[in-house]
Amino acid sequence: MSTILPLTGNESGAEVMRQIAPDVVAAYPITPQTELMHRFADYVADGKVPTELILVESEHSAMSACVGASAAGARVMTATSSQGMALMWEILYIAAALRLPIVMPLVNRSLSAPINIHCDHSDSMGARDTGWLQLYCENCQEIYDTGIQAMKIAENKDVLLPVMVCYDGFILSHTVERVELLEDHEVKGFIGEHIADHPLLDVDNPVTYGPLDLQDFYFEHKRQEAEAMRNAKPVVLQVAEEYEVLSGRKYGLFEEYFSKDAEYIMVCLGSAAGTAKAAVDELRAAGENVGLLKLRVFRPFPAEELVAALADAKRIAVMDRADGVNSIGGPVFSEIRAALYGRSSAKISNYIYGLGGRDIDIEMMKSVFQDMKDGKYAEEAFYLGVRE
Amino acid sequence: MPEKGQDLIQLRWHSRGGQGAKTAADFFTQVAISEGKYSQAFPEYGPERSGAPMRSYTRISSEPIKLHSAVYKPDAVIILDPTLVGTVNVWEGLSEEGEVVINTRLTPQEARKEFNITGHKVFTIDATGIALDELGRNIPNMPMVGALVKVSGLLELDHVIEGLRKTFSAKFGKEVVEKNVRAINRAYKEVRTEDA
Repeated sequence: MSTILPLTGNESGAEVMRQIAPDVVAAYPITPQTELMHRFADYVADGKVPTELILVESEHSAMSACVGASAAGARVMTATSSQGMALMWEILYIAAALRLPIVMPLVNRSLSAPINIHCDHSDSMGARDTGWLQLYCENCQEIYDTGIQAMKIAENKDVLLPVMVCYDGFILSHTVERVELLEDHEVKGFIGEHIADHPLLDVDNPVTYGPLDLQDFYFEHKRQEAEAMRNAKPVVLQVAEEYEVLSGRKYGLFEEYFSKDAEYIMVCLGSAAGTAKAAVDELRAAGENVGLLKLRVFRPFPAEELVAALADAKRIAVMDRADGVNSIGGPVFSEIRAALYGRSSAKISNYIYGLGGRDIDIEMMKSVFQDMKDGKYAEEAFYLGVRE
Repeated sequence: MPEKGQDLIQLRWHSRGGQGAKTAADFFTQVAISEGKYSQAFPEYGPERSGAPMRSYTRISSEPIKLHSAVYKPDAVIILDPTLVGTVNVWEGLSEEGEVVINTRLTPQEARKEFNITGHKVFTIDATGIALDELGRNIPNMPMVGALVKVSGLLELDHVIEGLRKTFSAKFGKEVVEKNVRAINRAYKEVRTEDA
């Protein structure tokens, strides 16, 4: 049984949190995450979820409280955006390195300065090497489905890493769409109970979290963390398979949208991937040999699988909604090109688009495919939709 | 509206902050989804000030909607505040056959002259008059919904009324909701077409 509701992205995120009903949520409001936490706080106040909601004085405290609660053995969630996650920074690494399975919707928003409340991926992309898994959503349905899968992935004993569920601020967070929800009991059954192996509150078996760890063991602990991230890849796929059985909706590391036989392939993530699909539909109808590879899982980075999926492309255009400000290219581009090094002869170009919420429409997407067809190429990134 | 069979309909709502265009666009989507359709509604967020020009969008389709950009080629524009004409380009991207539903006391013929409209199909509705009569306040969004339901045929009036009662009763109380029901019903009947 499923329920179909008109929900914004933030409302989808709040439904995920209501159905997961974490033991502890610690949060601080920030645009465009605010409505998510507003709605969830209503659920708590109305007694619809038994969650201990801790209203803290900053995002640094929010993530710190999440770390404490998760180490104590609780199932824990929070949510934030932009500057909020920037303020969590040092605790992001600690959550991952202490192997705490916290799930955090991250409502993507640009970083200051200049101040801007709209979408780009600068916030999450900056955190790509914090040890968190990162899953990106195309629409409000994916926010719901991904949020539920995220909890199960995070708590898998081979993973035990925190997960960010990234979705585009305003473009998804404040857009109403049709969302199909599972029943509460189905979600509960799917994620199961969280039983921590080494909870701090187990006083009969005392453990220490976060002690000094110098030349003797620090390196081994980091090595194990890296291994956990590698383990996450098959777990993401396994959880996706189980979720498909439950919901009928299919997920993977990425989605190949008419890209299997395409000469010209765009790589894109987030809500813009939907607009790119609409562009592919039009161009395919006109006989063009184009396709889209929509990246869903950015951490762990599915290098092997991407190499196989992109091997036969003649040209590849990688879309980045964050600028590396590094004179070499955006983060998705850098990873894709590194993965393909020595294993593909395709020319790979990079497009930076949509910073600070600048709209990207179907015509702009089509222009990228046209560029590939025309052989337009440069070592440096192209900027799409900017006034030069 | 475009001919039957074309499966993506795109609407653009022009209003000023506080007139309820976001609520109207969201509500339209909500009813469309309750009818089993796919739909999407989103406002264009700028600085949020009461009285500032703003746009909202609604997409409706029989299939999942992939697009996540603004609407550049609307099938219809719904103008909640006629003083916006000339202030912002409310006709932008609207095709020759595109529809205009505008809040004014004028007839469509008069509105063409007053607002300098060439081409398009023009429908007028005194949404402000209806809102003042029925609600006692100038919130023209629900009369505009009533008029749009009539001229577009996109939604069933019964579903709109049912949706209104279901969605807003808890928040605004039965009395206010019933006033809005009357406003929608009146606008549905009173909207004026050019050949009338």
